[in-house]
Amino acid sequence: MSKISVKDLNLFYGDFQALKNITLNIEEKKVTALIGPSGCGKSTFLRSLNRMNDLIDGVKIKGDLKLEEQDIYQKDVDVVALRRRVGMVFQKPNPFPKSIYENVAYGPRRYGIKTRKQLDEIVEKSLKKAALWEEVKDRLSKSALGLSGGQQQRLCIARALAMEPEVLLMDEPTSALDPIATAKIEELIVELKKEYTIVIVTHSMQQAARISDETAFFLMGEVVEVDTTQKIFTKPRDKRTEDYVTGRFG
Amino acid sequence: MTKKQIQEKIAFTVLTMTMFMVVIPTLLIIGYIIYKGIGTISWEFITAMPRKGMREGGILPAIVGTIYLVMGTIILALPLGVGSAIYLTEYAKQGKVTRLIRLAIMNLAGVPSVVYGLFGLGLFVYFLNIGTSILAGALTLACLILPVVITASEEALKSVPQSYREASLALGATKLQTIQKVVLPFAMPGILTGAILGIGRAAGETAPILLTVAAFFLPRLPKSIFDQAMALPYHLYIISTQVPNMPQGIQYGTALTLLGLVSIFFMLATVIRIKFKMANRA
Ligand SMILES: Nc1ncnc2c1ncn2[C@@H]1O[C@H](COP(=O)(O)OP(=O)(O)OP(=O)(O)O)[C@@H](O)[C@H]1O
Ligand SMILES: [Mg+2]
Repeated sequence: MSKISVKDLNLFYGDFQALKNITLNIEEKKVTALIGPSGCGKSTFLRSLNRMNDLIDGVKIKGDLKLEEQDIYQKDVDVVALRRRVGMVFQKPNPFPKSIYENVAYGPRRYGIKTRKQLDEIVEKSLKKAALWEEVKDRLSKSALGLSGGQQQRLCIARALAMEPEVLLMDEPTSALDPIATAKIEELIVELKKEYTIVIVTHSMQQAARISDETAFFLMGEVVEVDTTQKIFTKPRDKRTEDYVTGRFG
Repeated sequence: MTKKQIQEKIAFTVLTMTMFMVVIPTLLIIGYIIYKGIGTISWEFITAMPRKGMREGGILPAIVGTIYLVMGTIILALPLGVGSAIYLTEYAKQGKVTRLIRLAIMNLAGVPSVVYGLFGLGLFVYFLNIGTSILAGALTLACLILPVVITASEEALKSVPQSYREASLALGATKLQTIQKVVLPFAMPGILTGAILGIGRAAGETAPILLTVAAFFLPRLPKSIFDQAMALPYHLYIISTQVPNMPQGIQYGTALTLLGLVSIFFMLATVIRIKFKMANRA
């Protein structure tokens, strides 16, 4: 079943068209990988799914984006509520300069959870889901900035999970990490897809092949091909996809 | 030595010298005031009313007046200044209008303080009929330091990494929550730097308070913000120029007291600043 369905999405930064007629369905509780060369619009597409592009002056968006039955870009949509359903993890780990605990509790606090007991539970549950609990349970009140890059990124994942989102958007979440931290996060993603719909941007073909179920290949603002990951990597329909996934591109 | 190394050495020497040329006069001034004034400072001097046409006794009313003025000014200017800075950086659409506003603010910073005094006299004292009072003076001084506060706050807000704002919004926080919980705490040290600069000016200005607050000689403490008051810089001006046979010690003692008071304000602000800095790292 499609969790998110996108139809004829066009996005402009001023006069520059960054996305052209994107039509793409994102399946529920699967990992969808977005691949493609730099500047092809992967991040732009990802950020249009939780309306983070709204923050940029001069962005124009046309097309149909639906989260289940809800039109994401309808006038009366509550963007705050949307972002609670569609969480996001960024390329560079960006924990707040606050304690580990306060980082995870940040979202829940903002939608009004106040009792210590509830927050404690959420923090523990989220850190466990992000496979970070064991490493930080004795230093929850310490600064998040004292964690390693890989730990920080898992903290950011925990922070997003604390909102109990339905969809998790990840923009190159491992590009700033070493192979061991990367492996941990990949494991985590595979684990998380039991509960969450995940969309991940990656420049690593191996990563896409290892962890994703569906893959969409972007090129110059268009989706060239979208299919199961297996098909994309073994018998792509489009020559350009084949060139890209086999590394002959460019 | 190669030519490059020699150039490097010369540049270093010149820069070091310019540094000393700036630091030495400052130290000299401060040292001189301490040297000439320290003898006058006593418990009586800072806690008693002036006597004998200000030639004896203490300067308590002027100290209290300046404390009231500085606190009033900061209470008025900080929320206003930070508020406008937040509007300008976080809410306003960047473009011609905001550029124009910023230009205006920068120009305001260059307006001579006596002009602010006249403005305060016209607007607050007469037009709004507040009368010559601490309130009118604090309002005038607040206008005077607003440009500094706004500019420093804007710089501080701009230095907050965009990634923090994005992280907060992506977690379903509203814009206001993001500003309250992430942007402002992080920007606070920078904002307080602006406040410190503002305090320095508010405490030291003479012309604006001369026209809006100051009493020449008022040997009692102000009872409310609608009272006139003495203030250290103006008092210093009076006892240095208007009172014959003034003992020099009292002048320098007054100057030293003003310096000390400003230092205390600086230290208070700095302590708060450090607290926020540490909180940002924790
Ligand atoms: N804020 C912006 N204003 C104007 N143009 C932008 C903006 N952000 C992105 N673009 C342009 O839109 C296009 C797509 O950018 P996007 O960041 O989505 O690419 P990407 O596929 O994520 O690239 P990368 O793999 O390098 O992260 C690029 O040509 C980029 O220059
Ligand atoms: Mg990108």
